[in-house]
Amino acid sequence: MKFGVVIFPGSNCDYDTFFVLKNVLRQEAVFLWHKDHDLQGVDCVVLPGGFSYGDYLRSGAIARFSPLMQEVREFADRGGLVLGICNGFQVLLELGLLPGAMLRNKNLKFLCQYVHLRVDNPETRFTRRTRRGQILRIPIAHFDGHYFSPPETLRDLEEHGQVVFRYVDEKGEPTEAANVNGSAASIAGLINRRGNVLGMMPHPERASEVLLGSKDGRLIFESLVQP
Amino acid sequence: MIDRKLLADHNLTLEEYERIVSLVGREPNITELGIFSLMWSEHCSYKSSKAFLKKLPTKGKYVIQGPGENAGIIDIGGGLAVVFKIESHNHPSFIEPFQGAATGIGGILRDIFTMGARPIALLDSLRFGPLDNPRNRAIMDGVVAGISSYGNSIGVPTVGGEVYFDDCYSKNPLVNVFCLGLVEKDKIFYAKAEGVGNPVLYVGSKTGRDGIHGATMASAEFGKETEQKRPNVQVGDPFKEKLLLEACLEVMDKGLIVGIQDMGAAGLTCSTAEMPAKSGTGISINLDLVPQREEGMTPYEIMLSESQERMLLVAKKENVTEVQKIFAKWDLDAVDIGEVTAGRNLRVSFRGETVVDVPVDAVVNLCPVYRRPSRKPAYLRTFQQLDLPPLAGDLGAALLKVIASPTLADKEWVFRQYDHMVQTNTALLPGADAAVLRVKGQKRALAMTLDGNALYCYLDPRIGGAIAVAEACRNLACVGARPIGVTNCLNFGNPEKPEIMWQFKKIIEGMAEACRTFEIPVTGGNVSFYNDTEGLSIRPTPVLGIVGLIDDVDRLVGPGFKKEDDAVVLLGENSEGLGASEYLRAIYGLERGRPPGIDLEREKSVQEVCIQAIARGLVRSAHDLSEGGLAVCAAEACILDRTEIGCALDLEDKIRPDALLFGEAQSRILLSASETSLPKLLELAAEKGVPAKVIGWTGGKELVIRQDGQEIVRLPVQRLFEAWKNALPGTLSIR
Repeated sequence: MKFGVVIFPGSNCDYDTFFVLKNVLRQEAVFLWHKDHDLQGVDCVVLPGGFSYGDYLRSGAIARFSPLMQEVREFADRGGLVLGICNGFQVLLELGLLPGAMLRNKNLKFLCQYVHLRVDNPETRFTRRTRRGQILRIPIAHFDGHYFSPPETLRDLEEHGQVVFRYVDEKGEPTEAANVNGSAASIAGLINRRGNVLGMMPHPERASEVLLGSKDGRLIFESLVQP
Repeated sequence: MIDRKLLADHNLTLEEYERIVSLVGREPNITELGIFSLMWSEHCSYKSSKAFLKKLPTKGKYVIQGPGENAGIIDIGGGLAVVFKIESHNHPSFIEPFQGAATGIGGILRDIFTMGARPIALLDSLRFGPLDNPRNRAIMDGVVAGISSYGNSIGVPTVGGEVYFDDCYSKNPLVNVFCLGLVEKDKIFYAKAEGVGNPVLYVGSKTGRDGIHGATMASAEFGKETEQKRPNVQVGDPFKEKLLLEACLEVMDKGLIVGIQDMGAAGLTCSTAEMPAKSGTGISINLDLVPQREEGMTPYEIMLSESQERMLLVAKKENVTEVQKIFAKWDLDAVDIGEVTAGRNLRVSFRGETVVDVPVDAVVNLCPVYRRPSRKPAYLRTFQQLDLPPLAGDLGAALLKVIASPTLADKEWVFRQYDHMVQTNTALLPGADAAVLRVKGQKRALAMTLDGNALYCYLDPRIGGAIAVAEACRNLACVGARPIGVTNCLNFGNPEKPEIMWQFKKIIEGMAEACRTFEIPVTGGNVSFYNDTEGLSIRPTPVLGIVGLIDDVDRLVGPGFKKEDDAVVLLGENSEGLGASEYLRAIYGLERGRPPGIDLEREKSVQEVCIQAIARGLVRSAHDLSEGGLAVCAAEACILDRTEIGCALDLEDKIRPDALLFGEAQSRILLSASETSLPKLLELAAEKGVPAKVIGWTGGKELVIRQDGQEIVRLPVQRLFEAWKNALPGTLSIR
């Protein structure tokens, strides 16, 4: 499978994601420069974490105007696989490929820590190597990860199984304490109705090697790669 | 035109001024005076410290670059080298905590990538006043947020460091930032201005009026008017720096430039003077070409501005277009503002007139060097004396209190604000004895730590200096790393006070002796004098940044117990003595006595046993005994791993029970090992002549400590955990 990792000027998880795809999963991977108009024939576009344009405005608000985003949007519209991680998720929201918006974390501080995620939809292209209710230990690192959308949207998301990951405690309960950033319905990851665009705040690329403390994140990449 | 008041405003003495006149051959104009005042400031010239810093060993087999460049460089084999340095940003962080700390990060990052290295780790040593004072809480909050905002955005993980609290930092917090980068050995760059006729390129942010006289500010005591110095502090833009980092590394990777220097303290002045001074050339620039953020800036302001995120490059003539193309790709300008000249002067023109024409050597190398008078301080006599108070009642309660003291309590509140995992090399999370980063594609890993106990240094500077080095090395030993290089940030009061100079001299002596024993070169660092506010000096605070190498990252161990029924082994010996301990401070409010002594040879053997035991896979955890002594170390071993395993210790030492629990005798490490590995571990220790004793076993959910069969501590691990975990957030949430 050929992956394309987009580089915005302020991306900083681009190499991390590329490393996992290439060296851990042994897949073909290329970098896609935000100023280009060329997706190089990739099968899956990854929007990596970072601070795409410094994010002094809303996170991802300027990145959506990058030249390459035109192609990414068309690619998604054609059913191409797009994975947005952290800042990439924020960009997907700004692009309107996923509904909702991100607010500052509820404690108004940047949070970098391991969290527990519960897989609430294992039937997506991004999660088919997981089980329903499986708990994954994957780190987050963000300031604006407090997911928000109006009640009707939330209802809609739930009805269509679009909430893929939720922040839970070790036992799998979506408690208030486990919902460290204050997200609506403890949402940590969302998929579009069509099932080809996934955004998630936690960083699976940081949890893909035992040495780094967890390899739960690998399941997401493996789900994509699985024929 | 130049009178005594103007000299005083520029922190120059009359003698220094006369020297400038004779070096330049005439009276300097105001811009030239500004240039000398910056470059001859303590911060830039090291005029009071130079003579003493020479005592530190700087040579070693693997040293590629010692002191004198932007950062030190050590060969780590496999074609790679590490570039690392520590810097202080104390004064700016007091005036404007968020921006002061943020630009400190920006500055240290530039020091590293200026040399061609990609920064892979940040650590910081922070010292604040007690948190019951709201002002101190605000400073801490701002500093941590500032570091977080800059480091997280640019994508360099903050992987460790330390936070200490002491009243002496109330009006003079310390913010020391350390950065380490990785570079291919044949792609290292220096601050060179070679090749007469080569163009001088200005890259990065535009120049504004911010930070004028930052370096001079850092070289003076603070008075009550400090609040008015706010415009002296610069504002950071991490996104711009990220662009600058990528663009600079790209032109360096392609070999398009000759030399490069960041514009940090002293801005354009420093880079245009230092680069030619190192290369035996001169530089001529035209200020009209310098990108400016504000209108009507004078040459004085342009030359002295400390606007952030700027660099000066010297490119090969034929490569200028290519360099500019790469900068344009990253949405940055690279403006040709002048050239390298044969004359050994810095010449600056502005609107058709020459406004500066001074010999670069005079500016950079001929600042007077001072051997300032020193005198043993009178306080030592009083404060080294210690009449131990009678033993307090419940030692378990004391342990709960000590482990919840701000200096020892959990720092998660701090480090979870830092992205400590980006770049995916972080093999040990913050809170361990040392930070550990894997090197992608290699078996080896890098370890690094910051350390320095100011109270020890205050009460016995020589021993304090030696312990700072020993303790930092011990941190590394606990993750199985052998030290390879040292950088240091020496934070002191006003060096014009003989007592401060005496502290400085003695601490350097202690550090030098320890570095020689451990055979580790000092490759650079930073001296921060004038940490005085309203006449009060901080305690002498050397912060040691030591880098180490681990041969096999798969053998890595952490500080916490891993399994039940493992033997708990103490390397080294307990001894009587509670002087300068955290226990005395936390329980009795006493900051006195003599710090523990140290036998450096013994220390080295203890560390060697630990390093070898880890390398041979004989131990499952290793944790250093430091502040809080054996009891705190054992408690931490119970709570630092997610498994939270208790232990029962049986001690036989015939010493005061509180000294046994909380004394800070040096050269001790607490290990845990399986029963099968135990004989080999004890044999290894015996071979090296290191006392090693099984003092207990892991297991259960309690920490139990007995002395001569009598129980002196019994506490649930959960209670220790909660006391340790909740202390800092609890204190910080007071509004």
